[in-house]
Amino acid sequence: MKSLFSTIKKAAPAAAFTLALAGGAALQGCSSGPGEGSATAAGVASDAAQAVYVAPGKHDEYYSFLSGGFNGQMSVYGLPSGRLLKIIPVFTQHGENGYGYNEESKAMLNTSHGFIPWDDLHHPKLSRTNGMTDGRWLFANGNNTPRVARVDLSTFETVEIMEIPNSAGNHCSPYPTDNNEYVIAGTRFSVPLDMKGGTADVSMDEYKDKFRGSISFIKVDQEKGDMELDFQILVPGFDYDLANGGKGPSSDWVFFTTYNTERAGTLKELGASQNDRDYLAAVNWKLAAKYAAEGKAKEMPAYYYHNKMDKDTHIAKSTIKKTVRYLLPEDCPGMMYLIPAPKSPHGIDVDPSGEHMVVSGKLAATIPVFSFSKMQKAIEDKAFDGEINGIPVFKYESVLKAEVPEPGLGPLHTEFDGKGNAYTSMFVSSEVVKWKLSDFTVVDRMPVYYSVGHLMIPGGDTHTPDGKYLVAMNKITKDRYLPTGPELAHSAQLIDISGEKMRMLLDFPTVAEPHYAQAIKAEKVAPNSVKFYDLAKNKHPHAVKKEADASVTREGNVVRVKMTAIRSHMTPDNIEGVQVGDTVLFHVTNLEQDWDVPHGFAVMGANTAETLIMPGATQTLRWVPKKAGVFPFYCTDFCSALHQEMQGYIRVSPKGSPVPISFSTGKKKPAA
Amino acid sequence: MKAYLKVLMMIASLSLGLLFLFPMWKIYLLAPQYPEGLEMHIWVNKISGDTDGALQNFNILNHYIGMEPIHADSFAELKIMPYIVIFFMVTGILVALLGKRKLVLSWVVLLMISGAVGIADFYMWLNKFGTNLDPTAPIKVPGMTYVPPLLGSKTLLNFDALSLPAWGSLGIGLAILLGGLVYFFSRSTVQVKSAKKVMA
Repeated sequence: MKSLFSTIKKAAPAAAFTLALAGGAALQGCSSGPGEGSATAAGVASDAAQAVYVAPGKHDEYYSFLSGGFNGQMSVYGLPSGRLLKIIPVFTQHGENGYGYNEESKAMLNTSHGFIPWDDLHHPKLSRTNGMTDGRWLFANGNNTPRVARVDLSTFETVEIMEIPNSAGNHCSPYPTDNNEYVIAGTRFSVPLDMKGGTADVSMDEYKDKFRGSISFIKVDQEKGDMELDFQILVPGFDYDLANGGKGPSSDWVFFTTYNTERAGTLKELGASQNDRDYLAAVNWKLAAKYAAEGKAKEMPAYYYHNKMDKDTHIAKSTIKKTVRYLLPEDCPGMMYLIPAPKSPHGIDVDPSGEHMVVSGKLAATIPVFSFSKMQKAIEDKAFDGEINGIPVFKYESVLKAEVPEPGLGPLHTEFDGKGNAYTSMFVSSEVVKWKLSDFTVVDRMPVYYSVGHLMIPGGDTHTPDGKYLVAMNKITKDRYLPTGPELAHSAQLIDISGEKMRMLLDFPTVAEPHYAQAIKAEKVAPNSVKFYDLAKNKHPHAVKKEADASVTREGNVVRVKMTAIRSHMTPDNIEGVQVGDTVLFHVTNLEQDWDVPHGFAVMGANTAETLIMPGATQTLRWVPKKAGVFPFYCTDFCSALHQEMQGYIRVSPKGSPVPISFSTGKKKPAA
Repeated sequence: MKAYLKVLMMIASLSLGLLFLFPMWKIYLLAPQYPEGLEMHIWVNKISGDTDGALQNFNILNHYIGMEPIHADSFAELKIMPYIVIFFMVTGILVALLGKRKLVLSWVVLLMISGAVGIADFYMWLNKFGTNLDPTAPIKVPGMTYVPPLLGSKTLLNFDALSLPAWGSLGIGLAILLGGLVYFFSRSTVQVKSAKKVMA
C-alpha cells in the first residue's frame, strides 16, 4: 500500500505536467513546480485574470470586511481584486498605530475583568436602512469576553465597545434589525447566572438546573449609532450558535440556531450530539421590545463596561453600567418559539423574501427550509409539541417547507443572490452548492480549497443582495500558496455567481481567520471617507494648535509634554529636566491639515507601542524612564523627504536632580 | 448721457464687487505626491486655498527650499486693496450718476493703471518669495530659484506650477470693458440714437 502511494506520489508531477500540456493556458499553474495546489486549476474561469484585474490607480467595485477571528481585528479587502486595504483594530491592541496602547484608546479595551488586549472577532455586520446595508457603521462581536463593537465607516476606526453581561462566548452576535433598531447578541455558552451580574459558583453537575443562556437587545441611536443595552431575554440553557433577522413579512423576528439542547456540561462533542433534533429559536423582537417597554422586564444588578470614543477629543471613556433589565419567556406569551431542527444546526439564514429560514445542520444529510408563513399558521393553530421553560415547541412538519436533498456534506452557511438562488457552504465535502429556492434542488457545485466555513455575497444577508460575486472563506490552506512554515494564512476564494454556472476567479490569502464577512458597493462608503481631522475642531484637553504653544510642565511626578509634529520637525525637540521615575506624557498633536500625512511617535525604552497620529489629531504616549541619560525620540512614519531628520532628544536626570525643566526647538528658549 | 449708458456704467462699477466674491488669481500645483493638486487663491483682501489647510501645505513644502512662509499679514496690499476697490465702485457709481463722458474715461484709465500696478506688485512678490531664500534651507539646488509663473505654467523641482487669473480678475476686466463701451457709445447723441433704433 505504502509503495503504491509513493509510486503515485512520484508520478504525480509528471502526470500534472502532462495534464498541463493537455489543458493549455488554464492549467499552466500546475507545471511550474512540485508542491503546488493539487487542484489548482479546477473550475478556474478562462478569463479569470481579466475579471479580477483592477488596473493600477483604479478602485475596486466593493469594499469587503473580513473578520480576523483570533486576531480580534477586521480586515478590509477590495473586491474583485482581493487587495488588502486596511486592518481595523477592534478588540486587540495594534502596535502598528498604537490602538489600545496609547492613552486615548486604552479605555476601549476595558472590561469588567480588567483591561483585555485581545478577543476573538467572528461576525461583522453592516448597519442597515430599510433592510439594506447603508455604509454607516460596522458592528462586530468579541466572542471570548462578550463584547459588541461599532466601527465608524467614515474613519474606519472602532468608536464603541459594549460589554455584554450574563453572556459567555458571544458567538451568536451581532445581528442588526432592518433599520438598526436593535443589534442582537446571543450567548454561545450557557452559564449559571447568579442574577447579580456574574456567574454563580456551582457544580457542573447542576448544569441542567442552573445554567441559562441570554439574548441581548442593544438599542442603536439612529443618528449617531451609539449603543445601549436595552434588555435581555433569559433563555433555556442551550448553546446559541448563530442568528439572523427576518425580512419583509418576517422582519419583526430574529432566528437563532441552538445546540446542546441535551444540556451536557462536559465532552459536548458527544454530549451535545445525542438528540436527533435541536432547535431553531424564533424570537419576535418587536413584541419583546414592547413587553420590555410595558414593564414586563425585571431588573437585576450587573457590572459591565461601555467604552466610547469621543469624536472631538479622540479620547475613549469607559462607563460602568450597574443594572440590566431582563425578560423571561414564560412571562411573555407569543415572544418566543422553538422549531425542531436537525442535529446541532449551525447557520440560520433568511432568504431575501423573508419567507424561507434555511438551517444548515452541520451533521445533517439535508438542508431543512422552514416557512415563515407556515410558522404563522402553526402559531394560530397551536401546532405545538410540548414546551420548554414555557416556550412552545412546534411540530417539525408544521413549520417545514422542504428539505434540500443531497446537498453535500457538512452544510454550514447560506447566502442568497436575489435571483432565487441560495448558496450553501459545505465544510466536509469542501464545496459551495447552489440550489434553487423555487424547487429546493441543487443546480451547481463549485469545489473550494479547502473546507469552506462562511461564505459571503455582497448584501447576501439583506433583502436586496447584489448577486455578482461570492467569497468563500476556507478553513484549511495547505498547499494553496508558497509554504510559510507550520502556520499558514487562511485562504479566501472569489467566485463569479452572475451566470448559471459558478466560475472560480481568484484565491487570496487573508489575515488570521475570517469567520464571516460583509461587502458593500464602494460608492456607499468611499465618498464619506474622512481625509484628515480638522485641527480647529480638535478638543483634546492637551492639544496644542501651534508651535508657539508647545510646552513642558511638571505636575508632581508627572511631566506633560505638549508637542507638535509637522513636516519635518517636532516642537519641542530638546527637552530637559525629566527625572528617573517620572511619568512622562507626550501629548503629540499632528498639525498637518493635508491628506495622508500621519506622523508617528516613539521614544527609546518606552514599554509601549508607538502611536500614530493622524493629521489634526492628538495622541498620547506614556513613558516612565527607568534610568538617567539622553533618550532619542523620532517620527516613525516616513512623512516627508526629511523624515529621517524628524527626531529629538529628552534628557533624564537622576531623581532629585537640580536640572530644571526646559525645552526648545532650533533656538534655545528660556526655562519655563 | 442716455439712461442705459448710465445703467451700464453702474454695472461696470458693481462688477468690481466680484473681487470680494472670488479670488483674483489662482496658482495650481501638481506633483506626483499631490494627484489631487494644491491651489493657492489670491484675493483682494486675503490669501487662501482650495482647502482650509492649503496655505499651511504651501508653506510646509516651501520651507524645505527656504522660502519665507506666506501669511496674509505680511502683505500690506491686502489691507489697502479692498479700499481701492471700494473707491472705484463708489466713484464709478458717481460717474454713472453724473453721466460725464470725460469722467468715464478717467475712471477707466485709472482702473487700468491700478490693475497694471496690481499685476506688477504681484509679480514683484512672486519674485521676492521665489528668490529670497534662506541660506540655511535643507534643500539647496545650485542656481535654482522658485519664482512661480505670473501667467501660465512652469516646472519647479517635482511641482508643475500653473498660474491663472480667476473670476475676481474678470470683475476688473468687465469693469474696464463696460466702462470702455460706455465711453465709446456716448461719443455722439446721433450715433447713439441710430444704435438705439437698430437695437429696437
